[in-house]
Amino acid sequence: MDCVETRMSDPIIVAEDVHKWFGNFHVLRGVHLTVSRGEVLVICGPSGSGKSTFIRIINRLEEHQRGRIAVDGIELTNDLRNIEAIRREIGMVFQQFNLFPHLTVFENITLAPIWARKVKRSDAEKQALELLERVGIPEQAQKYPGQLSGGQQQRVAIARALAMQPKIMLFDEPTSALDPEMIKEVLDVMGELAASGMTMIVITHEMGFAREVADRIAFFDEGRIVEAAAPVDFFTAPEHERTKLFLSQILHH
Amino acid sequence: MPAPQTVIPLWRDVRVLRILAQVIFVITLVLVANWFYTNLSRNLGRTGIHVGFDFLHLTAGFRISEGISFESTDSYGYAFWVGIVNTLRVIGIGILLATILGLVAGVARLSTNWLVCKMASVYIETIRNTPLVVQLFFWYTATFLKLPNVHDSLELPGPIYLSQRGLALPVPHLTEHFSSWSYFLVAGLVLACAVYVGRRRYLQRVQRPGFPSAWALITFLGTSALGWFLLPRSPIAWEVPVLSRFNFEGGLQFTPEFAALLTGLVVYTGAFIAEIVRGGILAVSKGQKEAARALALNNLQVLRLVIFPQALRVIIPPITSQYLNLAKNSSLAVAVGYPDLFSVANTIINQSGRAIEMILFIMGSYLIMSLITSAFSNWYNRRIRLVEH
Amino acid sequence: MQNREILPPPMLRIGPLRWLKDNLFSTRYNALLTFLAVVFLYLTLHPTLEWVLWHARWDAIPANLKLFLVGIYPMKDVWRVWVCVYWILLLLGLSGGLWGRLAREAALIVGSGAILLLLLPFSWMERLWILGAVLGLFGGLSIGWLLRERKSWRKDVIILWALSPLIVVLFLGGLPNNPLLSPVGTNQWGGLMLTFMLAIVGIASSFPLGVLLALGRQSSLPVIRWISILYIEVVRGVPLITVIFMTSIMLPLFLPAQVRVDQALRAMVAFALFTSAYIAENVRGGLQAVPRGQIEAAKAVGLSGMLTTFFIVLPQALRVVIPANVGQFISLFKDTALVFVASLLDLFGMAKSILANPDWLGRDREVLLFIAFVYWLFTYFLSRMSRRLEKALGVGER
Ligand SMILES: Nc1ncnc2c1ncn2[C@@H]1O[C@H](COP(=O)(O)OP(=O)(O)O)[C@@H](O)[C@H]1O
Ligand SMILES: [Mg+2]
Repeated sequence: MDCVETRMSDPIIVAEDVHKWFGNFHVLRGVHLTVSRGEVLVICGPSGSGKSTFIRIINRLEEHQRGRIAVDGIELTNDLRNIEAIRREIGMVFQQFNLFPHLTVFENITLAPIWARKVKRSDAEKQALELLERVGIPEQAQKYPGQLSGGQQQRVAIARALAMQPKIMLFDEPTSALDPEMIKEVLDVMGELAASGMTMIVITHEMGFAREVADRIAFFDEGRIVEAAAPVDFFTAPEHERTKLFLSQILHH
Repeated sequence: MPAPQTVIPLWRDVRVLRILAQVIFVITLVLVANWFYTNLSRNLGRTGIHVGFDFLHLTAGFRISEGISFESTDSYGYAFWVGIVNTLRVIGIGILLATILGLVAGVARLSTNWLVCKMASVYIETIRNTPLVVQLFFWYTATFLKLPNVHDSLELPGPIYLSQRGLALPVPHLTEHFSSWSYFLVAGLVLACAVYVGRRRYLQRVQRPGFPSAWALITFLGTSALGWFLLPRSPIAWEVPVLSRFNFEGGLQFTPEFAALLTGLVVYTGAFIAEIVRGGILAVSKGQKEAARALALNNLQVLRLVIFPQALRVIIPPITSQYLNLAKNSSLAVAVGYPDLFSVANTIINQSGRAIEMILFIMGSYLIMSLITSAFSNWYNRRIRLVEH
Repeated sequence: MQNREILPPPMLRIGPLRWLKDNLFSTRYNALLTFLAVVFLYLTLHPTLEWVLWHARWDAIPANLKLFLVGIYPMKDVWRVWVCVYWILLLLGLSGGLWGRLAREAALIVGSGAILLLLLPFSWMERLWILGAVLGLFGGLSIGWLLRERKSWRKDVIILWALSPLIVVLFLGGLPNNPLLSPVGTNQWGGLMLTFMLAIVGIASSFPLGVLLALGRQSSLPVIRWISILYIEVVRGVPLITVIFMTSIMLPLFLPAQVRVDQALRAMVAFALFTSAYIAENVRGGLQAVPRGQIEAAKAVGLSGMLTTFFIVLPQALRVVIPANVGQFISLFKDTALVFVASLLDLFGMAKSILANPDWLGRDREVLLFIAFVYWLFTYFLSRMSRRLEKALGVGER
């Protein structure tokens, strides 16, 4: 508990009253969230509740229309420099991997460091090898994404995001598109990443992962965070009816 | 916590940057256009040409070999109009014939008859892979101009006469009995409508399928046929071309230029339409056929009720663009000397030196045709989508 | 149809009679069709064959072969054309060796074509040149074959291909003050060579323009989008011949008086302006086929819009549209014949001018059939290849 307290004093992501509309559809209806440095936050909630939209807003894949977001002290505004700086701080992993199919695994990982961070090619390649080592597939470097299994692709995607040396990692349902036997290999990589002190926001319905790895679990519904609590409290004593209902549905599987 | 930074420098604001990019783009375009314009006016000034449309009223001073009547004393503007009418004439007839040829060749290429299938393939692969203008030139100089003299013209059943002077065909014309016959036509139309409505109501009431339109058609044809036989002489007669001293007179006559252009366009476009028809039928018939068979429809019904309507949906958009191609390709008339809008405009340019204005006119005319076609195409696609959902 | 890779089912031995019955007389209706077809064939083929065998006078073709092939290109410089042909064949051979079946087959077909040419009654000098071409092709093929394991060569060969139009233009056009490559103005280019140069320069210069237009049409900035759409739709709405006509008359008016642009260059400008609109539409199809997730992933790893377009979107989009663009090249190749409105002497223009020569009066059929055959040969070959390529790349039918 002590530990959580000290972390709370060092927020890295601050979102205050974030709103978002798609046309007339009010997707996010005032999201308040603070994530501390090194914290692992799991977001869960029914489909269509705006979870993806929210984390996509954090690195400006979508634009929010009201409220305020700051990442590591940088305001997320229309300032191009801030947007670029924030994107540099944040890595993102998608449900559908979104690897670049025309590039090899190696090129997927080195492309952004070389061109966007202007790292020397040899350094970028050395780092790529280390990262592939870290996610457990150094032997696949010269293959194309299409030649890998889903689990391997997702691990490459994690390595690709890490290659930009982000301070924060966002995961949008990283295991939902995977066959069951591959889920664990990806979750293991994510667990190690969490253990290394990375700040992470993970949208997932893997409640086992949430229980073991998360520092906090936030429950999203109808565009709001209904409640957020440490895993123990979240699973044993959820406050809201909707949370209870959701948990009973998801844990019955 | 840092205070929210409220003022963003303009050059870093994404919204401003978006507008800025567009402004720069427009400025660049304007600069380039301005450069062209300055050059143009300087060049025109040097050569003493001025731009304007007043010349359209001037006397043309040349003749146009075919089309609606035109004298060399008529104006340039009217000459261009004659060209437009000639273009529309070749497009209209061309589209009709190319569609028929394309349908026949497309179905023939799918035929189980080896010889028919191979003939269609050879036709399609030869025609599609050679330049249209070479074909047109071939039709003109190597076919129509090589035909025998008028006095030894080839006579085909009809009678249709083929000679160096072109094509002469019989044409239907109305006799004095036509006005009496028209009463039968009107009566037939009214009756047909009544039958259609009545039959449809009946079918709906008993909830059975049927063809009210076929009933209506039969009614109409029956009434008109009745009229035809009741009248003392037939209301429509054929006017047959007759050879006089120098050329054929009467009937419908096509110059070799028109005939060559029409043949070339039809044969060329027909080959493209054939491929579209074939593709459409193949695309539909694969799975659909089995499904329809499973529903116990017989062969003819399958073709009429399942394959054809669906193939039509696939076929019509690309065929429309082939029609448009035919329209645009009709400008190759200039290669065979048929006075379409492009070649008339060409003559006007040679005569009056008004290149800029005439080129604007030419492009404008084709653009209007394209706009009409794509408007139709969009309307059709939207309708299809409505039907699908 | 013949090129399926699937093994045929075990063959039943079918006698010719059985084949006739199955394919020509299976039903009464089919028998009637066959009968009609035979009558039609007799009526058309009989006079045609009679003409080809007895009446046709083909002498105009060998007598004017040089004009048909290179026009009035100076005789002493014709070796430069040959060198360009060698260069292209060498590249084709290299590609055939380096890439898979399709490129190899293309190289082999072209090689056999060249060998067939050797059998025709050419002079010894000409045969030597042709022999050189064959050797160049097969030399390239063997080098490519030996190097096929080294993937990096592929990139080099692609770059060489991309540079080829420039190299060929420089080589044929020559350089000022160069004794070896003395300048030969485009007004001296002609025949099949000019046809090819128009098509190649046309496609090469319309490609970048077309890609930019396609990107413009997909842009999120409205003004850029509208202007791109306007350009594309206007150009697609008018016939090519009017564009050629326009540039041939008006281009000089739009340029400063001291800039001289000869007719061939004006025609190339017309092809570039015209074809770019069509390329843009093809490329747009490819751009739409790139999933949104790709762009989002690129943004998320911090690539800027420009880098995303260059490294992520275009490589994926362009791959999909290769066959469509080959198709565009084919139709451009056919359309080069339209430069007759600019009085250029390409293959077709040359045929027209030879036919206008009193010496060759009345050879219209022979000459036109000959050039039609030349056009057909290249177009048919290219379109077969493009259809195969489409299958090989797994691009779905449109
Ligand atoms: N680009 C978009 N345009 C319009 N509606 C969208 C868009 N993206 C998402 N939505 C809608 O917003 C809602 C929330 O979506 P999302 O954030 O993906 O939910 P979750 O990830 O929680 O399942 C959904 O109803 C979805 O249909
Ligand atoms: Mg989601």
